[in-house]
Amino acid sequence: MTRLIEARGLTKLFPGTRALDGVDFDLERGEVHALLGENGAGKSTLIKCLTGAYRRDGGTVALDGAAIDPRTTADAQRLGIGTVYQEVNLLPNLTVAENLMLGRQPVRGGMIRGRAQSRAARDVLSAYGLSIDVTRPLAAYSVAVQQIVAIARAVALSGKVLILDEPTASLDAREVAGLFRIIRDLKDRGLAVVFISHFLDQVYAIADRVTVLRNGRNAGGGRTADLDRLALVQMMLGHELHAVEGTRARPVAPDAPVAAAFNGFGKRGAVELFSLTVRRGEAVGLAGLLGSGRTETAETIFGITPHDSGTAQAAGRPASLRNPREAIRAGFGFCPEDRKTDGIVGELTVRENILLALQAGRGWSRPVARAEQGRIAADYIRRLDIRTPSAEKPVGQLSGGNQQKVILARWLLMNPDFLILDEPTRGIDVGAHAEIIRVIEELCAQGMSLLVISSELEELSTYAHRVIVLRDRAQVAELVGEDVAAERIVQAIAATPAPAPGHATAGAA
Amino acid sequence: MSARFLPLLATCAIFVAAYALAWMQYPNILSTRVIGNLLTDNAYLGIAAVGMTIVILSGGIDLSIGSVIAFSGVFIAVMLRDTGLHPLAVFALLLVLTTAFGLCMGALIHALEMPAFIVTLAGMFMARGLAYVLSIDSVPIDHPFFDALSSSYYLLPGKGRFTLIAGVMLLVVLAGSLLIHRTPFGTRVLAIGGDARTAGLLGVPVGRTIVAVYGISGFCAGLAGIVFAIYTSAGYSLATVGTELDAIAAVVIGGTLLSGGSGTVPGTLVGVLIMGLIQTYIVFDGTLSSWWTRIVIGALLFAFIVLQKGLLRIAEGGARG
Repeated sequence: MTRLIEARGLTKLFPGTRALDGVDFDLERGEVHALLGENGAGKSTLIKCLTGAYRRDGGTVALDGAAIDPRTTADAQRLGIGTVYQEVNLLPNLTVAENLMLGRQPVRGGMIRGRAQSRAARDVLSAYGLSIDVTRPLAAYSVAVQQIVAIARAVALSGKVLILDEPTASLDAREVAGLFRIIRDLKDRGLAVVFISHFLDQVYAIADRVTVLRNGRNAGGGRTADLDRLALVQMMLGHELHAVEGTRARPVAPDAPVAAAFNGFGKRGAVELFSLTVRRGEAVGLAGLLGSGRTETAETIFGITPHDSGTAQAAGRPASLRNPREAIRAGFGFCPEDRKTDGIVGELTVRENILLALQAGRGWSRPVARAEQGRIAADYIRRLDIRTPSAEKPVGQLSGGNQQKVILARWLLMNPDFLILDEPTRGIDVGAHAEIIRVIEELCAQGMSLLVISSELEELSTYAHRVIVLRDRAQVAELVGEDVAAERIVQAIAATPAPAPGHATAGAA
Repeated sequence: MSARFLPLLATCAIFVAAYALAWMQYPNILSTRVIGNLLTDNAYLGIAAVGMTIVILSGGIDLSIGSVIAFSGVFIAVMLRDTGLHPLAVFALLLVLTTAFGLCMGALIHALEMPAFIVTLAGMFMARGLAYVLSIDSVPIDHPFFDALSSSYYLLPGKGRFTLIAGVMLLVVLAGSLLIHRTPFGTRVLAIGGDARTAGLLGVPVGRTIVAVYGISGFCAGLAGIVFAIYTSAGYSLATVGTELDAIAAVVIGGTLLSGGSGTVPGTLVGVLIMGLIQTYIVFDGTLSSWWTRIVIGALLFAFIVLQKGLLRIAEGGARG
């Protein structure tokens, strides 16, 4: 018997990048196949090529041995491939029955047969052990129920392949267990399920096979039973943990003044409580897989998602961090991960972007003089070596690395004591990496404290004095001195967690 | 009863309570005469508001209907004055024109991904301008068939008159209700109003549906224009300025979410009647300035927006729990 789906050499080009570069992917009937990879590894691009949301630029896809080329998601649905996205893609304003039956309502004389529609909807849902009032709006039900409705619709419409894109992201442990029961049922009915998740525990709990992508290429895979966690994490983060070049950062003197300290700090549902002390001139790395709570930690510290327990100190004094304004006042700065949406304002010039935070801090009544603005911008363009023909060029036209430096300049201008950098080297070219790292090292030497989130573990281990490892939104390890090395970080990430109550994982389910 | 029908219930409750209050003060207000007049006076607004309801449910807006009603009146009057066409032929021609006008606006909104606000604003200026081109002065309509239409009614017990145009309005409300709440097309409209992108992913033909929605609104505006011409026996290019805003107010008071995706067509009828009732009350009172209508409608609108926000909160809270 042929494989259900056989994709060979899938390639998808976007301007400037190869999102997929000759990826192979197989799917058997009646299996749960996990698709793993870090952000930008190409998981969603692969899914979108299979479901017709994107047209592939190269390679072949065969379904039941016959070549297919779906042009729209509706095409893919007709072929038997259904998808359920992370944010449930249904209409909360319609009833459950309308959502399930949209496009195939029972009709007589042009009118919908309301009772027949409700009955059909109830029948569909009863196969999933769900007995709810289908005439109520979908919005009346929890995300878990909405997800089951979405799965029921996808299976009813397609029936061969079900793709679940991070289905457990917003479910609690009990709901995850319920979802897994449904997935196993579907598997027993001969459906092939593609399961995308960042939670390794869940992958081991439900998946028969794994395919790992990295940078748009196959990075390995195999039967889940044959793969240990370490191997899996190494596939995701990169095999080539080559010897680290350059000098390792010397530890900061233990009596150096404390720049920022957090005690029992955290937010329910976002980050487990943590305690962290960062000394002057120290760079602390924050490592972990995607979804491990790195960005959430940074956003909690900076007041973007305000903490609900614990205390913070800045420069030895208690600090209130309920929103970003207070965090800035406490001497904190934050360069977010997605600079396109959270960081730069593409239409404004380099000068305006650099001055943004400073002007916001002064208020509209005390503008920075135009000549002064020009002087400041020129100064930082020189100090950070921002490659731009002029300070008046729109930032959107610069390369990624230079955009990153503009954001950095914006925060350096505020002269923060404690600066958080979220993935400062993501998506910029190799040469710019080295420059950003040089800037980080210089800032530490000048006495600034940094918290750096990075997936580039080799890089992180060159400049970080300490590395905190997160898993499932909680701190699981702190590496210092000789342990600040990529291999040790990978081991800490991959270590099997001790079963602990309260963690939103379904490993025990 | 689900949160879905709560706004409709609230509207009905407000209408009944307001009518009861008015009745306690002026017992005559509960007579078939007043009710017949209420329906007749607001027939054109009711028809236009049904089209507006469908547009708003789809997540759009149609600002052109007041101008289209004025254009329709002038068009009918000028055609009957200058050509020998039978009024029914003129009506048919007009409905084809206004429906095509609506379809064009819908096509522009969909194809160019332009906000409905801007496209129908342009439509509003164009329709008003076309009315001026046909005639600047008020043109009286003098045609035996027309007179027959405007004087045909069913005498209710208590000497109230249930006029032809009131009947047309109720028929349009009934047709609109069935279309939205009983047909696959109606579900598609609500789906698009909820989230057009998601609706597309679920297989709803978004473009076709949006074009059709504005076509329906154009048709309703044309029909409202005919009814208005029968009601006033004249065509005047300066008539029904701002009627689109009255229609929007009636739709919102009727419990439809202005952002689309949730609401009912019967609710709009009640919304129109509430607005008519306020006017009737002011006429009965005789001392109040007619501007009180506007003030009360403004307060009601505000109350409904707050009510809808509250309901939305409750619905979201329920989903989380």
